[in-house]
Amino acid sequence: MPFIPHTEDDIREMLAAIGVPDLDTLFDEIPAELRAGRLPPLPPALQEMDISRLMQERAARDQTGPCFIGAGAYQHHVPAAVWQLATRGEFYSAYTPYQAEASQGTLQLIYEYQSMMCGLMAMEVSNASLYDGASGLGEAMLMAVRANQKIRSGRILIADSLHPVYRQVAQTVVGNQGVTLESLPLDAASGVIDTDALPPIDDVVAVVIPQPNFFGRLEAVDRLTDWAHAAGALVIGVVNPLAMALLRPPGEWGERGADIACGDGQPLGVPLSSGGPYYGFLCCRRSMVRRMPGRIVGRTVDLDGNPGYTLTLQAREQHIRRSRATSNICTNQGLVVTASTIHMALLGAEGLRRVAARCHEQTRALVQTLCELPGVRPLHQGVCFHERALDLGQPAGPVLERLASRGVMGGYPLGQHDPAQANAVLVCATECITEADIRAYRDALADVLREAA
Amino acid sequence: MRQDRLIFEHGRPGRRAAAQAPATAVQTGELPADMLRQQPPRLPEVSELQAVRHYTRLSQKNFSIDTQFYPLGSCTMKYNPRASNSLAMLPGFLQRHPWAPDGQSQGFLACVHELQGMLRDVTGLAAFSLTPMAGAQGEFAGVAMIRAYHRARGDGERTEILVPDAAHGTNPATAVMCGFSVRELPTDADGDVDMQALREALGPKTAGIMLTNPSTLGVFERRIREMADLVHEAGGLLYYDGANLNAILGKSRPGDMGFDVIHINLHKTFSTPHGGGGPGAGAIGAGERLQGFLPIPMAAREGSRYRWLTEDDRPQSIGRLSAFMGNAGVILRAYVYARMLGAEGMVRVAEFATLNANYLMSRLRAEGFQVWFPQRRASHEFIISLKRESRELGVGAMDFAKRLLDYGYHAPTAYFPLLVPECLLIEPTETETREELDGFIDAMVAIRQEARRDPELVQGAPHGLPVRRLDEVRAARDLDLCWAPDAAGAT
Repeated sequence: MPFIPHTEDDIREMLAAIGVPDLDTLFDEIPAELRAGRLPPLPPALQEMDISRLMQERAARDQTGPCFIGAGAYQHHVPAAVWQLATRGEFYSAYTPYQAEASQGTLQLIYEYQSMMCGLMAMEVSNASLYDGASGLGEAMLMAVRANQKIRSGRILIADSLHPVYRQVAQTVVGNQGVTLESLPLDAASGVIDTDALPPIDDVVAVVIPQPNFFGRLEAVDRLTDWAHAAGALVIGVVNPLAMALLRPPGEWGERGADIACGDGQPLGVPLSSGGPYYGFLCCRRSMVRRMPGRIVGRTVDLDGNPGYTLTLQAREQHIRRSRATSNICTNQGLVVTASTIHMALLGAEGLRRVAARCHEQTRALVQTLCELPGVRPLHQGVCFHERALDLGQPAGPVLERLASRGVMGGYPLGQHDPAQANAVLVCATECITEADIRAYRDALADVLREAA
Repeated sequence: MRQDRLIFEHGRPGRRAAAQAPATAVQTGELPADMLRQQPPRLPEVSELQAVRHYTRLSQKNFSIDTQFYPLGSCTMKYNPRASNSLAMLPGFLQRHPWAPDGQSQGFLACVHELQGMLRDVTGLAAFSLTPMAGAQGEFAGVAMIRAYHRARGDGERTEILVPDAAHGTNPATAVMCGFSVRELPTDADGDVDMQALREALGPKTAGIMLTNPSTLGVFERRIREMADLVHEAGGLLYYDGANLNAILGKSRPGDMGFDVIHINLHKTFSTPHGGGGPGAGAIGAGERLQGFLPIPMAAREGSRYRWLTEDDRPQSIGRLSAFMGNAGVILRAYVYARMLGAEGMVRVAEFATLNANYLMSRLRAEGFQVWFPQRRASHEFIISLKRESRELGVGAMDFAKRLLDYGYHAPTAYFPLLVPECLLIEPTETETREELDGFIDAMVAIRQEARRDPELVQGAPHGLPVRRLDEVRAARDLDLCWAPDAAGAT
């Protein structure tokens, strides 16, 4: 019996102590018609050796070469220490730190995480995490609706340069709460919001600004922030946290800084792993902390006056406030935050800056090299962080499939969200990509384009 | 007691773990100066060894399943097999980009598809989606599906969700997030939902009901079929909160009870780790009526190939809950666990979880503790009340909980459900030995003796942990949420 330690003697003696003849009697309160008979055939139990072989075979089938896909998830080097430490049983198999005295390790770590995130975002307060960047944006919007007490319209303006899937997920999260999502149009030629053509806005709760945006382009965040603030709207910055080691962080946008910063923590020590678990981070002004969803750790003292850490402001949360909570979130992404905190500690500001800068450089080199091929050109002019949209001059979907069969994960097809961009692909090169990888991509792409022509 | 400095306080300007970032200095390329950050973020400046030592030491300040018996009611803190972790972290799985084409994802998709099928069969529902990233997001998906169902039928009058007063706080919070108002149902003296109150609450406004079975009171809701019929007759739907599925896995199926939609906490019943607060996974299953509304993406099999089902395949779906497909790594861990159990193993989970709970309950009762529902069988968990100890000795549930930590046991859930005074909700799980349970009983008896002899000892517990009881009022009043270099205590 896998993982069940009872011997025959244990079972007999325990049943006797309870005063029942057999295990089945323990279920005698379940009405007979609800007792499951034989289950539909499930696969037979496997020993660890057998499941290991099966999983190794499956993992090997999905093994891929260099990855030039980004679009919300990025391949980065993760120090060996990060997950070795995070999967120590004391972190891995602990529960949410409700019993503070028995959870000081996790609680201090979350306090350190909050401090690191505040530093990276130049914001005053961070929570202990949400599920992922996209659903976290939905929570950020609901928080903005609670926090902006002057404007009760429920209207939120979203830059069209935001990742389209983020918008879809946010719509699922906020859709039943009287919040409407409206578009701030994109300048198609430049791939950013045109700040010389900003529409007048009125009665808008918040404006959502991505940096870098979905196309890897950098938005004029200062002007956008000041424009939104002038209309009484809050500013929600959706950012790549790695980029914030190099670029100006949300807390420094415009005259007053963004009000809320959120995004996905994946670039900070989390492997691609098919899309999760990642985590959503959420930072805000101190004045808004009581509107925040999710757990927050505070430093306090114990009975002897020694410093210690505990979950705080729990009156916001569902287990206290029930139907009046700021969110229904309970379990968050604790272990991933553990890994990410260790990652940030190991990389530090200088390490993260170097990684971010290398990603930028490698993407420039990639774009330059691919654009040597006939018919391939950048879709937008202007500066990018570590992604760029390329026009391949022919439908991108089949090209990417052929590249994949040659072991090159070539990018993200933009036609998926906009049929007018069927020829466009979003490419990304991180610090993991070498010059040889870039040459291999160019050679494979040259072959594929030639075959198609 | 040992105090650990913050990681920041170990640092020195210019120190770093040099092997972990590109060796060449930063070049900012074409990035314009006004876009660049002027002040570097305040992050630790430590060596690799300092970081490793610091976080190893922090880990040692945690209680965990791997180090202690952890009978936290409603949380199913059972052994998390190490194989689940190492196999989910095979390089092929870790390196797979979520947007990799289906052709490069067949191994992962096969695991997702098979787990969808196993969960369907063991719960008696029609179809599963594995995308919700925690129990509360599974609840959100389920209630949003109920809303979408009524709306698709042009029925906009159903604005209420019924929730028992003993329910987890996530239930009412979820109903509100989905745009419903909440109507609470009282519990009768035997721990079942008050049927008369249910009948009175049902009507044309009823969108549905959220139930946990066995309930948060640790007992099986015996009239569930009758309740299902009443709710369905009123035009409502039934949502099953799978928090307590470990109690009945393979023994009784929520689909047979009449539930239309359910979530399963894979981080409870399927033994993926809690990780100090996540990540979890809240797989969501639906019966015939609701399956079209399941969140996307889902895995499908066509011949020998697997692929993702998206918006085009599932036009009625409530949509996406995450940027990709949820907590993929958690799903892989649950898959490994399910395959190691097989059908027989799944039934045994419920049998031995129930055996351990009933044994612990019987023994504690024999030792004179007040079991709250003595006339009922325990499910996989049960409630004792320390009302008498609190009144006579001034030592209540929280004091017992904190003193248990000194004895090397994680505390049971205290003061939940809110209905029972001075309660402990105790869930031993199936993976604990009888010796461990006996040790816990001895500790409870010993603490009661201490409470008689020296109540202050228990009231002041814990004494042997890294910190003593913390000033939570101060934590909430003088908010210190972020380290600052000079002014300790400033946010």
